[in-house]
Amino acid sequence: MPHTLAEKILLNHTDVGDLAPGDIVSIRCDLVLANDVSGPVAFNAMEKMAADTVFDPDKVVMVADHFMPAKDIRSAELQKRLREWSHQHGVHFFDQGRGGIEHAVLIEEGFIVPGMVITGGDSHTCTYGALGAFGTGLGSTDIAGCLALGEFWQSVPGTILVEVSGTKGPFVSGKDIILAVLSRIGVDGGTDMVLEFIGPGTEALTIDDRRAVANMAVEAGAETGIFPADRVTTEYLNGRTDRPWSALRSDPDAVFSRRLRIDLETLGPLVAKPPSPGDVAPVGEVVGRKIHQVYIGNCANGTITDLRQAATVLRGRRVHSGTRAIIVPSSQRVYRQALEEGLLEVFIDAGAVVSTPTCGACFGGHTGILAPGEAAIATTNRNFTGRMGSDRADVYLASAWVAAAAAVTGEITDPADVVGEDPL
Amino acid sequence: MIIEGAAVVIEADNVNTDVLYPGPYLNIDDPERMKLYLFEGLDPSLRDKLGGRTVLVVGHNFGGGSSREHVPLAMKAWGIGAVVGRSFARIFYRNCINLGLPAIACTEAVDAAADGSKISIDAEQGRVEVDGRSFDTPVLPPFVIDMIQGGGLVKYVQRRLAERAASEE
Repeated sequence: MPHTLAEKILLNHTDVGDLAPGDIVSIRCDLVLANDVSGPVAFNAMEKMAADTVFDPDKVVMVADHFMPAKDIRSAELQKRLREWSHQHGVHFFDQGRGGIEHAVLIEEGFIVPGMVITGGDSHTCTYGALGAFGTGLGSTDIAGCLALGEFWQSVPGTILVEVSGTKGPFVSGKDIILAVLSRIGVDGGTDMVLEFIGPGTEALTIDDRRAVANMAVEAGAETGIFPADRVTTEYLNGRTDRPWSALRSDPDAVFSRRLRIDLETLGPLVAKPPSPGDVAPVGEVVGRKIHQVYIGNCANGTITDLRQAATVLRGRRVHSGTRAIIVPSSQRVYRQALEEGLLEVFIDAGAVVSTPTCGACFGGHTGILAPGEAAIATTNRNFTGRMGSDRADVYLASAWVAAAAAVTGEITDPADVVGEDPL
Repeated sequence: MIIEGAAVVIEADNVNTDVLYPGPYLNIDDPERMKLYLFEGLDPSLRDKLGGRTVLVVGHNFGGGSSREHVPLAMKAWGIGAVVGRSFARIFYRNCINLGLPAIACTEAVDAAADGSKISIDAEQGRVEVDGRSFDTPVLPPFVIDMIQGGGLVKYVQRRLAERAASEE
């Protein structure tokens, strides 16, 4: 029976002989992840399960990232518990100053290879599809079950095949590709589905671009978003990991629930308008909207690629007097690389705040909260009401190109109008 | 297993977990304190309708976005017995099932319900009653029914761990 890529990965992690969409199966985890928010709630559930040990400490990673550095006593208590639990169980643990945002850390530190199944107590665990892995977000009780058993129940999803063609122009990034998909299928179009990205247009996409795409699969309600491993994947993993892996692809005659085509030749910079990631418009439609805060960071778009784009726009320019800019490298590794490349100096000279890696203001936690009546443009993944602070503040989602351009002009702007037609 | 309660209606579609339980309160890990912030970003006055035997009646794609289990944990802490909706986002749905909180998709029942309607749910038979009117729901997979009736994932994992221990002896 022909299978999609997602079906093949799941089949490799279960004891059933075959599977099809809708089947409920027990899937083995190669890696289980939680953070300072989902971890302690999972530990509570594990205690109720009377599960004293984890299934395999080497397959468990804990990352302090959401309220890190601790913004108050309660947050400090959660991080203390995460730290002590991690030491007690002997699992991998990335504490403050050692890692950064979980999904950046796991990819950059070589934990993820194609074909893996990763369950994470964070909805953006789908990011690992950038490397051809099946990463999926779960709640804390699910994570407790994974920690105890090394397994979780899964209804086998269907697959929406997204065929990408053409070559992207200047100022077009992975963010624009996933926003284009969201504009087509909406915030529920991926329910019970995997988004699989194939086609000649994907070949020139870097892992950073693929991360931005896969990260927002959950914004369509999808189980995960996934790129089959290819030459780009191999090059990224060379020297980064010694975990064995092999490349899988969907069978040519596999059954897909739906097919979409994205032509990069006609794709320009896009913006998701508040309060939905699915309310997408070309940047030209929202040009001139006053912006009080620019936020460049998060698990989708705090990569070195994003920081380089932001620096290209901000180099020799100043953040607008009516606007604040916050730049958050997504990991210690990216932070250091940005330092070595001189990007942090560009940001500081421009008048931006450069923060330590953290989830921070992306989810309205800390370090950049919006006041009523304010508007932000962010490279993050959610612009729901109240997401970054006041429920009377607006959040627009866009690439680092578009966000950085708004920092210079104080309003939503086509980046070509700031740096010219060709940024390079 | 029959679940009964008074309807508390949230009509909007695509209600996400950020408005159901905003990010600033994620540094709470005790459900008895989580319940103080349920619906905080949507309509805090909805909490005034909770406390008795209630069933939430919701729209399409309810519970999208973040995997935060704080939402169904807070619902359970309020004594909400079930959620009947047009459809559910996937992680929220899983979380409900894992906590033994039935999440039932039934558009006709949602159409028929108003605030305070008397709701009765028989998940095993696939039936929802609204003020005496009966509606069929898609029959839930046996696994899901077992999970709900068996007390959720905590009990399921306990059983699996016991089976493993027994097979190792």
